[in-house]
Amino acid sequence: MELARLPLRRLASRLTEGIDSTLLVLIVSLSMLGLAALFSASYENPARVVNQFVSLGVALVAMWIVAQVPPQTLMRFALPAYVIGLVLLLAVALAGDVVNGARRWLHIGVTRFQPSEMMKLAVPMMLAWYFHRRESGLRLSDFAVGALILIVPVAFIVRQPDLGTAALVAAAGFYVLFFAGLSWKVLGAVVGLLAASVFPLWGMLHDYQRKRILTLLDPTQDPLGAGYHIIQSTIAVGSGGISGKGWLNGTQAHLEFIPERHTDFILAVYSEEFGLIGNGVLLVLYALLVARGLMIAANAATVFARLLAVAIALMFFTYAFVNMGMVSGILPVVGVPLPFLSYGGTALLTLFIGAGILMSVQRHRKLVQT
Amino acid sequence: MGAAELRNYEREVYQFQLRIGIAGVAVVIAFLMLAARFVYLQVVQHDIYRAKAEDNRISIVPVPPNRGLIVDRNGLVLARNYSGYTLEIFPRRTRSVEGTIDELAELIEITPRDRRLFRKLVAETRNAESLPIRTRLSDEEVAKFAANRYRFEGVEIKGRLFRQYPYGEVASHALGYMGRIDQADQARLEEDGIDANYRGTDYIGKAGVEASYQHELHGTTGFEHVEIDAAGRGIRTLSRTPSQPGNNVALTLDMTLQRVAENAFGERRGALVAIEPESGGVLAFVSKPGFDPNLFVDGIDPQNWAELNNSIDKPLNNRAIAGMYPPGSTFKPFMALAALELGKRTPRSTIHDPGYFDFGGRRFRDSRPGGNGVVDLYKSIVMSSDTYYYQVANDLGIDAIAGFMKHFGFGERTGIDLQGEASGVLPSPEWKMKRFKRPEQQKWYAGETISIGIGQGYNAYTPIQLAQAMATLADGGAMYRPHLIAYVDDPRTGERRPVEPELVHRVPVRRDHLEFVKRALAGVNKEGTAARSFANAPYTSGGKTGTAQLIGIKQNEKYEESKVAERLRDHSLFIAFAPLENPKIALSVVVENGGFGARAAAPIARTVLDYYLLGKLPQGMQQPTPEDETDEEGD
Repeated sequence: MELARLPLRRLASRLTEGIDSTLLVLIVSLSMLGLAALFSASYENPARVVNQFVSLGVALVAMWIVAQVPPQTLMRFALPAYVIGLVLLLAVALAGDVVNGARRWLHIGVTRFQPSEMMKLAVPMMLAWYFHRRESGLRLSDFAVGALILIVPVAFIVRQPDLGTAALVAAAGFYVLFFAGLSWKVLGAVVGLLAASVFPLWGMLHDYQRKRILTLLDPTQDPLGAGYHIIQSTIAVGSGGISGKGWLNGTQAHLEFIPERHTDFILAVYSEEFGLIGNGVLLVLYALLVARGLMIAANAATVFARLLAVAIALMFFTYAFVNMGMVSGILPVVGVPLPFLSYGGTALLTLFIGAGILMSVQRHRKLVQT
Repeated sequence: MGAAELRNYEREVYQFQLRIGIAGVAVVIAFLMLAARFVYLQVVQHDIYRAKAEDNRISIVPVPPNRGLIVDRNGLVLARNYSGYTLEIFPRRTRSVEGTIDELAELIEITPRDRRLFRKLVAETRNAESLPIRTRLSDEEVAKFAANRYRFEGVEIKGRLFRQYPYGEVASHALGYMGRIDQADQARLEEDGIDANYRGTDYIGKAGVEASYQHELHGTTGFEHVEIDAAGRGIRTLSRTPSQPGNNVALTLDMTLQRVAENAFGERRGALVAIEPESGGVLAFVSKPGFDPNLFVDGIDPQNWAELNNSIDKPLNNRAIAGMYPPGSTFKPFMALAALELGKRTPRSTIHDPGYFDFGGRRFRDSRPGGNGVVDLYKSIVMSSDTYYYQVANDLGIDAIAGFMKHFGFGERTGIDLQGEASGVLPSPEWKMKRFKRPEQQKWYAGETISIGIGQGYNAYTPIQLAQAMATLADGGAMYRPHLIAYVDDPRTGERRPVEPELVHRVPVRRDHLEFVKRALAGVNKEGTAARSFANAPYTSGGKTGTAQLIGIKQNEKYEESKVAERLRDHSLFIAFAPLENPKIALSVVVENGGFGARAAAPIARTVLDYYLLGKLPQGMQQPTPEDETDEEGD
């Protein structure tokens, strides 16, 4: 008996080794809420739920594998991943597929692939690696180099055009720069400059992007076009009330008023059916997730590990905030999925790998308080 | 680790953790903002939004506008709409699309072609609300389906407007055709920010005026507030913002002239462009062979599409603006003008033409063996002396030729209001430099200049360029941008927006030089190479024949037409204007593989001028009547 139980126990302990249970519980809870909302949103196409379930499984495995890799090893992938990502972005710019007016996809054999997606992790990794190597005595020039590392891929993604992803990559990179110790003075100067460049930037936007921002200010202007998303999603959220209409009872979603209700606008379906209480639960889960991430970052052993961890933790925050802000009508519609809830395998994979990295950092944290 | 370094490290970690604290506070504030927003929407404004969601049993349904008509300059309708019933499937509301089609097929005839077209549509369209499985249902079929409607969820009969072209193939390359909005169109509409105005619209202009005046023709989409039941089906219409019909567009074309011109071509391939010199308005616009735009209106089926695309005659090529032809001798009047303007020739100077011109050890032959004897400038045009222009080209040099010809629009898009215009090739050393990759090919050889003089060599122009150049010459050097649209009518206000002639520029040439060349062109039609075609014409006219060689002829070989395969035979060209004083029309004609210019192209020009100036219809032709309207051929 003893002999039979032993290998099982060893297997179990091997499987849970390096897995941070707090993170795991939070992520799995969020994913389950996502599946519930997705099931409601795709009553006419249940295959989507199955797909998402499979993607979740794959993403969990990926997370587990990454969690086993120590940060020192991860660091070796930083430069190659970044360079490959840049090359792929260049390839997209030259020979990518155009879908809905944007050049984002690259054909690889039989499947298509969005290189901008991998940059969400590759850019903060590269920056963390760079500042790790420059650890002793950071100068302003190092931040200039860092900014360059960030701006090149972001510029490519803006050109595609994919404003949502570009903003996310830019945010992730900015977090690394900020936590590497960018001085408040420089930060203030940059923010001032950015504010001053709003007008020229406005001129660079595509017409449809401008229109999105303008209809955000007054969605009723364009009820058939760009305003439609915002009008309908706010109605869905607002009509949910405190306790929601109940699972599978959302009229907005089921009468097909909400476009993209599986992906970017899944929160509208969720809030309509689960109400303010459901949203509160969601916000608390996200807040705990971000808090756990920041805690891991605070105890990280190396510069690389803590910079990467903090970037990932705040990335989770940014995704959640931008998406929820957009669906509830306080931020422009930029095409950012709700982390762990929106339908889509690629986005899930990125998020779970991010969580895996956090776990790896947590496992190799410094054990002695200095 | 030294003490200083340690302290440094500690400070760094302290800094880091401080910033983490700041970030934590920011996160909490941001989430509180969201929470406040949720409270605002879900508690404070809950009643309003609950009412709105209730109202949202009211759906906004787009009402597509009626497309504007296209008429000719006399108001004859060339493109209109007729309403027809289509059987449409809403893929998201049916359990199984294939199963539904099978069931429908028991009730209503659905051919394998219908199924193929439907599958193609499913593959090509994204997020479509509904897609047609059958178009043009008969009344009987509509009744049959209505009686059985309860059996089919997600299938509906829709009334739609279809485009119809009563004259079939006539003027097809000017009118263009319609096609389903594909992903590229959709992306363009989104880029322009007008995709909302295309909700509920499935077809868009793909070529010709249908494409270039798409935005005029389309109109404004209206919308209806429709109360819907839980299954999303409309119960009743509550309010309605009507759509506004598209503008009607009138062409400058004269449909009778157009038919005369197309008939004159018969089965031959080629192009004809006739322009009103004083405005640039296009009077006739022929590209043969054409196609029947009616084939496209409800999605062209793969078989017809393959036939049109794979035909050796290339019926979808718009030869009038995208076909590039060497101008042959029609280039000579412009060369003569260049020689006069640049002081290389005077009207009186003569040469002896032995039937060839030797240059750099090569012998350039005249098309007339033995030559034309003593030739002056007038005779050089009237008899079309090659030797004369070999020498002119050599004396002018390639840079001067290219510089002068630019004034007449050679090698540049005319800017006609159609898409897909080619720019042609005005050869010059710079052009060759850009065109070729290898250094030995990039060099311009003096010998290459010689054949440029007679419109051969690298010269390649579109028929619209030739017509524009002719019109410019006829109108005393005033070059107008060619255009196909006379005016745009707003059917609601009755407001008419005429298209004003657009003067591109005035060619800087001396009046007497221009008049001399025009006199010589008149000589061509009176006593020269086109004299036979213009025998007994009761009006004055000027013209120039041209023959464009397609194969190089060896130096001492005689060209024997009968031996050359039909597709390798020379193109026959003719440019003309009339009357001599105060010209009303200028044109260019290209007959592909038609042989000598005087034989194939010039008689077509005569027929067209006879009708336009005298109202004389060719034998056997009547005033045009639309093709039988009930004729709805498709399959």
